[in-house]
Amino acid sequence: MSFLAVRNLWKEYGDHVVLERVGLSVEKGEFVAIVGASGCGKTTFLKLLLSEEQPTRGEISLQGTRLAPEPGSDRGVVFQRYSVFPHLTVLQNVMIGLEFDGAPVMGRLFGARRRACADASREMLATVGLSEATGLYPDELSGGMQQRLALAQALVQSPRILLLDEPFGALDPGIRLDMHELVTGLHESLGLTVFMVTHDISEGFKLGTRLLVFDKIRQDPHSPQSFGASITFDLPTAQERSSGEVHEIEAAVHGSETR
Amino acid sequence: MRLINRRLSRGGAILAGIVPFALALAVYGIASQARLSENPDDKLLPAFSSFAQAIDRMALEPSRRTGEYLFWKDTLASLRRLAKGVAGAAAIGLVFGVSLGVIPWVGSHLSPFVRALSMIPPMAILPVLFIVFGLGESAKVALIIIGSAPFLVREIEQRVRELPREQFIKAQTLGASSWQIITRVVLPQIVPRLVDAVRLTLGSAWLFLIAAEAIASTEGLGYRIFLVRRYLSMDVILPYVVWITVLAFALDALLRRVNGWVFPWYGRAT
Repeated sequence: MSFLAVRNLWKEYGDHVVLERVGLSVEKGEFVAIVGASGCGKTTFLKLLLSEEQPTRGEISLQGTRLAPEPGSDRGVVFQRYSVFPHLTVLQNVMIGLEFDGAPVMGRLFGARRRACADASREMLATVGLSEATGLYPDELSGGMQQRLALAQALVQSPRILLLDEPFGALDPGIRLDMHELVTGLHESLGLTVFMVTHDISEGFKLGTRLLVFDKIRQDPHSPQSFGASITFDLPTAQERSSGEVHEIEAAVHGSETR
Repeated sequence: MRLINRRLSRGGAILAGIVPFALALAVYGIASQARLSENPDDKLLPAFSSFAQAIDRMALEPSRRTGEYLFWKDTLASLRRLAKGVAGAAAIGLVFGVSLGVIPWVGSHLSPFVRALSMIPPMAILPVLFIVFGLGESAKVALIIIGSAPFLVREIEQRVRELPREQFIKAQTLGASSWQIITRVVLPQIVPRLVDAVRLTLGSAWLFLIAAEAIASTEGLGYRIFLVRRYLSMDVILPYVVWITVLAFALDALLRRVNGWVFPWYGRAT
């Protein structure tokens, strides 16, 4: 049985079909990059993985169990923005997850348990390269550092899958390369299972071990909303690609943007 | 250069800000002198020296009748009522605003009701308050609470809804319960916004305070103003008005500063 299985997934908003007949099977440790034109449903797919939205039909199961209908600590997430809490320092932002677990009523730990929690959080911050910034507030961090913090915050909970929603979309190109290195390193060292939505195909090829392209298979020019997108390409990224194939994917992603 | 691009230097801007104050004082001085030169007993625009005497009599000498310093007694009474009323309204605003904003079914039940409540003109139910609470302190405090709380509830509800949905999702993926999200994610971010909302309501809180004091009271800034009105004592009324303005200004500045000290991240957040 696969680690994460998606069976005949549909998502509709009234008459508007966003996703149709999505099927997918992902093994533990895969890094799944999801690309597609804007409005192709890739973010909707991520929201379904997160249980922020519920599928209209079909189901998603993680290790054989259907996903709970609300977000939970089995799935970590990093959004493009607003992933960290502005009122907490860097260290507190990482500690808060452990405090949620350890202190159901107070939401805060004290004494020795607090020190243990702080130590674990500092270790995680060192892993993402934020050791020097533990006392700062998020608004004092650069965009790249904020995303590092968001990663540390999610990873300290050891989620079974990590969801990234265009995590580097708002960053400068140089910083983005640093982040690629960090995420690749974390994926390998922690054996994470990752889903990353991006609109940058080269980023998808570079980071992913597997690339999914979302696009509409069927088109009705008179009512473009009546058909949803599905997975049109599902490729392992390790192999060499013929340039024709890459062009075809690029056409699927960029072509539909101008449609 | 276009008018919209012309700016004053820092010193110039301060000076420019002083000008209207100086002008208002000068206009008053001239008008007062003109009236007093025609009729030395004129009560409408007293000379600055009469203000000084009035302030001396009210604030620096004990009253001949009761031995109290009336000005300070009035100030203390008014500030105490204002503090009680505003604190009560803020507490209601926080508890209900956060519940309405965070918990959907509470919002569905209460949002329309609060919206309707906030349309009631508080002054219209002042008689009801006097009937229910009597003429004592609680009616005055209740008027301030009833006047400010619905606005605060709606304001806080709105501010809660403006928190990015990403934060709520993120907190859930970190394993937070509803209670933990309220106490550790929502409340700490809402309190500085509550302080800002309270600053906005202070103006109407003063209005309700003075109205309540004017009708039934034995001390307080509003009471004094309406009491001495009978004798046309502009020399007391005007300094009291200025004093109320100064107090309101100081309270606002204090709250703004406190917000900056206690919540250093607030206002800078991206």
